[in-house]
Amino acid sequence: MNPVSAPFDSALFPKGVKRCKLKWFLFWIAVLHGPLMVGVIGAIMCWGLALNVTYLNNNYPFGLWIAADLGVIALGAGAFFTGFLRYIVNIEELKNIVNYAVVIGVICYASAQGILGIDIGQPLRGWFIFWHANVHSMLTEVAFCITCYFMVLCIEYLPLILENRQINKLGFFHGMAHHLHGAMPTIAAIGVFLSFFHQGSLGGVPGVLYGRPFAYREGFLVWPWTFFLFVLSAIACGPCFTILITWITEKCAQKRLVKRNVIDILARISGRLLAVYLVLKTIDTVYWVTIAGKVGAPLSSFYVNQPYGYWVLVTELGILGVIPAIILLIERARQNENLLILACVLNCAGIFMNRWIMTVQSLAVPVMPFDKFISYHPNWVEYATTFLFVWAGAIVIMLSYRYLPIFPQERELNPL
Amino acid sequence: MFPFVFEWVPEATRYVFMGSTYSVLISLVIILHYCAIRAFLDLICKKDDHDNTHH
Repeated sequence: MNPVSAPFDSALFPKGVKRCKLKWFLFWIAVLHGPLMVGVIGAIMCWGLALNVTYLNNNYPFGLWIAADLGVIALGAGAFFTGFLRYIVNIEELKNIVNYAVVIGVICYASAQGILGIDIGQPLRGWFIFWHANVHSMLTEVAFCITCYFMVLCIEYLPLILENRQINKLGFFHGMAHHLHGAMPTIAAIGVFLSFFHQGSLGGVPGVLYGRPFAYREGFLVWPWTFFLFVLSAIACGPCFTILITWITEKCAQKRLVKRNVIDILARISGRLLAVYLVLKTIDTVYWVTIAGKVGAPLSSFYVNQPYGYWVLVTELGILGVIPAIILLIERARQNENLLILACVLNCAGIFMNRWIMTVQSLAVPVMPFDKFISYHPNWVEYATTFLFVWAGAIVIMLSYRYLPIFPQERELNPL
Repeated sequence: MFPFVFEWVPEATRYVFMGSTYSVLISLVIILHYCAIRAFLDLICKKDDHDNTHH
């Protein structure tokens, strides 16, 4: 690169790669700060004026925040699952995308914790769940596992920061990054352990609600079937989210960053897992409908209240489940970039819809004869604070892409 | 959180739950310290090697 035309901060870039001018980078960072500030105002309102600035109420203590929380945690599963495939199953090609999966995972879990920090209303009491732990609660297990797993993700992210061109010149940091890479299989194994339990326990929360036939499921020992379905759905959609964000990054950077065969491995694995999930989910749905009908809660009673009609079931399992599974399973279909991205979008939308159904719709279905159906629509404060983490995540991705060597194949695919 | 806190009930669930938490936290602390100490030792050894070659 001509030193005269090189951006002001080019000394910080990974070696042998090209980045946009600093003024354009700062311009886009400033643009993202606009909606981000709206979210910050919303968060300050929630903390300052309490949760009555939202549309959450006694009928809906779980709303958009919790559904989004469960959604981003499922999407963040790409980090632990790609780490599992790379370091434990030892799929060598995935070393070219595992760094980015970690960055996405850090953002997803930071978002989840940020959303919870607003949702609890009184963050000064946030530590209560750790100090006064009710070890019989699945939510306590989720809180502990998410916090510990976020630490794991930060440790996985640390060598990427230490490998920044200037930081890496310092001998201690260079050595630290090298040894952290060596310890990565152990760290990945701890991540798998934690992720398995918190992804599952998030499903276990609605599954143990025996007073709500819409959500309740039987299961294995203390774990309802939803525990296993949540784990399976998360590992089926996590890699798709990684592919989707990689594609968006490539479009923004206007260059290819990861080779096609690496994407194809993730898409193939995701497709197979999604197919297995859909089979088990269908069996679960049929069994649930049969059992619920026998205890006096016919299927029609669950879908009588608008907007939660039968279309919800059809959309979740059919449009957002079967269609992406077919695309991801057929080699020719998933090698078509447009179809692959469509499948990833549908798969990720499907996970959000599933999480919304298992939290918000579970609360919406009346359980007593005198209960009335009350609808819930989030207000701007809830939307702004939820999207706050999308904008913050975009900024973290921009900074990571610009200054950290997260794509090992970038130099080879884009010679200067 | 800790066995000396008044709310602590000595039951199997609590031992499994808190035991797993502390195992994970201790493992992470050990890994970080191991990497930092190895990096520091590498730095010292390299410096020694460099000094020896220089003389």
